[in-house]
Amino acid sequence: MKILVCISSVPDTTSKINFINNQDFDEVGVTYIINPYDEFCLTKAIHIKESNNATITVINVGDEKNDSILRKALAIGADNAVRINKNPDNSRMVADCIKKYCDDNQFDLIFCGRESIDYNGGKVPGFLAGKLEIPFINSCIGLEINNIKINCKCEIDNGIVTLEGDLPVLIAGQKGLVEEKELKIPSMRGIMTARTKPLEIINMEDISNNNMTSIEYTKPTERSECKIFQEDEVEKLVKTLSDEVKVI
Amino acid sequence: MSVLTLIENWEGDFKKTSYETLSYARNVTNQLNTDLIVLTLGSTQPKQLIEYGADKVINISNLKFETTTNKVISDLCVEIIQEYEINTTIIANTNVGKSISPLITVKLKDTGLITNAIALPEKTAPLTVKCKAFSSKAYVKYESNYNSNIINILPNSIGNINKTPGKGEIINIEKSFEDSIQILDRKKSNEKISLSDAEIVVSAGRGLKAPENWEMIEELAELLGAATACSKPVSDMGWRPHSEHVGQTGLVVNPELYIAIGISGAIQHLAGVNGSKNIVVINIDADAPFFKGANYGIIGDAFVIIPKLIEAIKNHKN
Repeated sequence: MKILVCISSVPDTTSKINFINNQDFDEVGVTYIINPYDEFCLTKAIHIKESNNATITVINVGDEKNDSILRKALAIGADNAVRINKNPDNSRMVADCIKKYCDDNQFDLIFCGRESIDYNGGKVPGFLAGKLEIPFINSCIGLEINNIKINCKCEIDNGIVTLEGDLPVLIAGQKGLVEEKELKIPSMRGIMTARTKPLEIINMEDISNNNMTSIEYTKPTERSECKIFQEDEVEKLVKTLSDEVKVI
Repeated sequence: MSVLTLIENWEGDFKKTSYETLSYARNVTNQLNTDLIVLTLGSTQPKQLIEYGADKVINISNLKFETTTNKVISDLCVEIIQEYEINTTIIANTNVGKSISPLITVKLKDTGLITNAIALPEKTAPLTVKCKAFSSKAYVKYESNYNSNIINILPNSIGNINKTPGKGEIINIEKSFEDSIQILDRKKSNEKISLSDAEIVVSAGRGLKAPENWEMIEELAELLGAATACSKPVSDMGWRPHSEHVGQTGLVVNPELYIAIGISGAIQHLAGVNGSKNIVVINIDADAPFFKGANYGIIGDAFVIIPKLIEAIKNHKN
């Protein structure tokens, strides 16, 4: 079984978010990590590999700064890594690049994190599945594979749906696919072997997309100072919420 | 050139999200000086859609949202968009909306997708829309040069719901599409109120010390007609279900009121709640970072304060 896990590089969850001239993300002091949603997918892929005959390829669209997250994914347990050497200008372009790679390398199972914690677009998984014309399983919080049959549990508004189908499919994963405590971290051995695993760099000059651009970034206005009530002023708080906020 | 909006229903009932989406679509339709077509599945009350702005309602009478897969819904939308030559489609950022929008987009020619919209378009040519990004820590304005566009709007973010009736033609038709994916089972959650579009949310964290102590949280939520939520650590520990986890890697909520009890307010949690109009923090630790990001706060023991709060609200309601 050939598994592809798409990973993106995002600012770590504690990063302060600032912009230069409301145009460019300020990278000063920012540490980049593998998108947390992608990590659940990668660990799940490794679980699948442990009980099936499978290989795991991780792919990223970005510049050489992203080699470190690809190496980390190799250290966690992926077999080979691919970086499409392009700036990820927008979700469509990223999907186009990964689609092109998939056309040349048929995969049975493709994982994407449901969304990235930077742009929260949540578009790449659906775009990629749509372009590849394979089923798109969104918000997946559990799956089991039996030969080519896949059984998935997915989060829906107000509940959980169980779906069944045949591989190949594309899974947009999130927490639940594996538990937080099951997330694989690189072992010393993993880090050593990662150095010998292939990291292929591919150029795709002919793919570009300028149809969707982000023209301005702004930050929300800060909340006004917190009004503190004492432990014995609970009634006063309720009255305030009723008068000022009008929700009670 | 009409505007299309897909309006979801839950066992035939429209929710606040439905009316918000419809209202937004009506406003965009007015901006573009055209007509609004509303698409829904298995509705028993299509007239309600007309009251909120539909010029035409296409009701697929043989399908229901609960038993229809995302692929079928997206194929249906593609067919309607092509048949009516739609240039602008408005879909709510629900689970269904997020799943179908990218599929619809790539099946159409020269069509763009804007997600997490929180305002009406600033400009319609080129389409320019303000959206949330960076887990609600920032806003980004997107400009689309595509010929057609789909806009996904965030619930509870757009503002007032306008109730201006449309021209009101209702068409009931039957459609069927194939899908290799089958729905085996659907389990409704025990939540009485859905977290993603609740007006009031009562949330609790490690300060509650043990899962057995959540009764008063549930009582408070029930009293307020609120949904319950929790911080990441207590969902990871299994005290509360994952579906209640609010935060950067959990659910992002935008209620009128978010009450946080025994939650310190780590950056990742704040990312999930910053969209709330009002935040009340109850914490025994005066230095809890959450106080800096709240509108109102009480410093004290939750086990003392919450029962008092429940009492005070009951009295207030009488």
